[in-house]
Amino acid sequence: MKGTPFLFKGGWLTLYIVLILSFLYLPIALIPLFSFNNAAAVAFPLSGFTLRWYDALWGNKEMLRAALNSLLVGIIVACLSTLLGILAARALTRYRFPGKRAATAFLSAPLFLPEIIVAVSLLTIILSVGLTPSLVAVALGQTIFCLPYSMSVLVAGFEGMDRSLEEASRDLGETAAGTFRRVTLPLVAPAIVSSLIVSFTVSLDEFILAFFLAGTEPTLPVYIWGQLRFAAKLPSVLALGSLMLLASILLITLAESVRRRAERRLEQQVLL
Amino acid sequence: MTDPMIAIHALEKSYGIYKALHAVSLDVAPGEFFSLLGPSGCGKTTLLRSIAGFETPSAGDIRIDGESVIGKAPNQRPTNMVFQNYAIFPHLSVAENVAYGLKRLKLSPSEEKRRVSEALDQVRLGSYGERRAQQLSGGQRQRVALARALVLRPKVLLLDEPLSALDKKLREEMQVELRALQRAVGITFVLVTHDQYEALALSDRIAVMFAGRVAQIATPKEIYQHPQSREVAAFLGGMNFLSGRILNETATSLSVEAGRFGTVAATKPAGFTRTGETTALGIRPERLRILWEPQDTPHQITGTVVDRDYFGETTHLRIRAEGLDEPLSVIETNSFGADDLPRGATVQLAYDPEAFVALAD
Repeated sequence: MKGTPFLFKGGWLTLYIVLILSFLYLPIALIPLFSFNNAAAVAFPLSGFTLRWYDALWGNKEMLRAALNSLLVGIIVACLSTLLGILAARALTRYRFPGKRAATAFLSAPLFLPEIIVAVSLLTIILSVGLTPSLVAVALGQTIFCLPYSMSVLVAGFEGMDRSLEEASRDLGETAAGTFRRVTLPLVAPAIVSSLIVSFTVSLDEFILAFFLAGTEPTLPVYIWGQLRFAAKLPSVLALGSLMLLASILLITLAESVRRRAERRLEQQVLL
Repeated sequence: MTDPMIAIHALEKSYGIYKALHAVSLDVAPGEFFSLLGPSGCGKTTLLRSIAGFETPSAGDIRIDGESVIGKAPNQRPTNMVFQNYAIFPHLSVAENVAYGLKRLKLSPSEEKRRVSEALDQVRLGSYGERRAQQLSGGQRQRVALARALVLRPKVLLLDEPLSALDKKLREEMQVELRALQRAVGITFVLVTHDQYEALALSDRIAVMFAGRVAQIATPKEIYQHPQSREVAAFLGGMNFLSGRILNETATSLSVEAGRFGTVAATKPAGFTRTGETTALGIRPERLRILWEPQDTPHQITGTVVDRDYFGETTHLRIRAEGLDEPLSVIETNSFGADDLPRGATVQLAYDPEAFVALAD
């Protein structure tokens, strides 16, 4: 079945796809567009090219602090979620145990949980045990939501790895720990890198949990939310948004290319 | 007999209610090329993996060089394995693959390098050290797997269907090489295979397994010529099954009245026990010869060609003889014109009355 000729034969289908894609991506494209626009008001017609909104960002201490917070939280979340993901993926792909299906379901469930409910319940717990909202709370909360992403990437990585490679290592005299270090880790490394990047990206964009749990230390999305009250700050926010957009695209592209490279390597292995 | 290199005693393995091994006992001599032969699911791979330490037996004992290995992890056993898919580490070069197990021995770099290149030379991969696994053919991967295992100088080398992934021609070449390699290194080899010709060609002795039990252990010739049961006989190539009435019994043979074949002397395989007045008999297809010239011998029967398959050097014929329910299988070399026999041709088949074997049911 070849999809492409059919697609263009219809005409209507082509139009439909163009409309859908425009609806999805045109609004996003407007953000970088206006971030270079030399006017405080976000409206057409455009009034000329400028980099001053970007320039203004560098001097903005509050923004830089929020960016640093986001970076910090992102790194914690990426490491935590990948570490937990490795443990879960290894268990799910290497062992048979009662409740395996349920475990898989519960680990993936956060994808479908209403984030705001989780945010409220986490906030309630934090306050009731006498803690204050903090970046650590944000990182822990976001890890719940990043784990399914990490896990799906890592499960694929572990599944693609031939089990007999680990057996061969044991057979050649290596201990279980040594086998994990010398065979398993290098072979699932692309999946690990991919998981780190994906969970970092998810964390970077996450708003609701950060909004509820961050307390006095905002992350970037929370900072942007705060700035939206001031119309004059809007172009600056757009510049910041454009940078975040760029970072997200770059990171996801990187993660995907790492994943594909690993996939190719494993394909060759299966072909023998 | 010298002390066995591997002594397996009453080994059992159960997976839930399914029993993969039923009280398997066997000994493998030092330096022996021993094969575990059987259809898939017969337990041969489970047995091999139990020796390697990847399966934990439910009961019984495995001793290697006199020492029980039960409860020992694979890395604590003096065995190395060549895996069915070779399990070459894809992130390492050929030389790094071979050096993998040596790292643990903490050799000097020059000594390690010497052992690696020695092992690669041994499998004729001397110039391939820098290559990656992806750049190797199936045959080369297998050599890497062999070198990687042999470089550690194990007491026992375990081979899990190592030739099954190769095409026929390469497989035959590797058989010759494997045998030569085993003679050169003098290490005990235990090979798992479902290919009877591979087992016959390579082994000093073969254990034929069915449904988790050892059916017979013997040399290739013994097991082919004197199978102890119908099952073993049928698994090791074609066999014409007959039955006959026992006339007389000695320590090594039976005198049997076998219908159209007259009175024949059937070899009594070891462990044969008579169960009644009649017995099953077998004669291999190549032991029946077509008589191209009339001969005055009482040991011949008349038959009609029902079907034939051409195999190049031989032709496999199905010949219906009077008084027999099933057509006889006959294998003839094509030197005399068996490939030109038409269906329906009448032929005389000669046989050696001593070529029969008695079979337990």
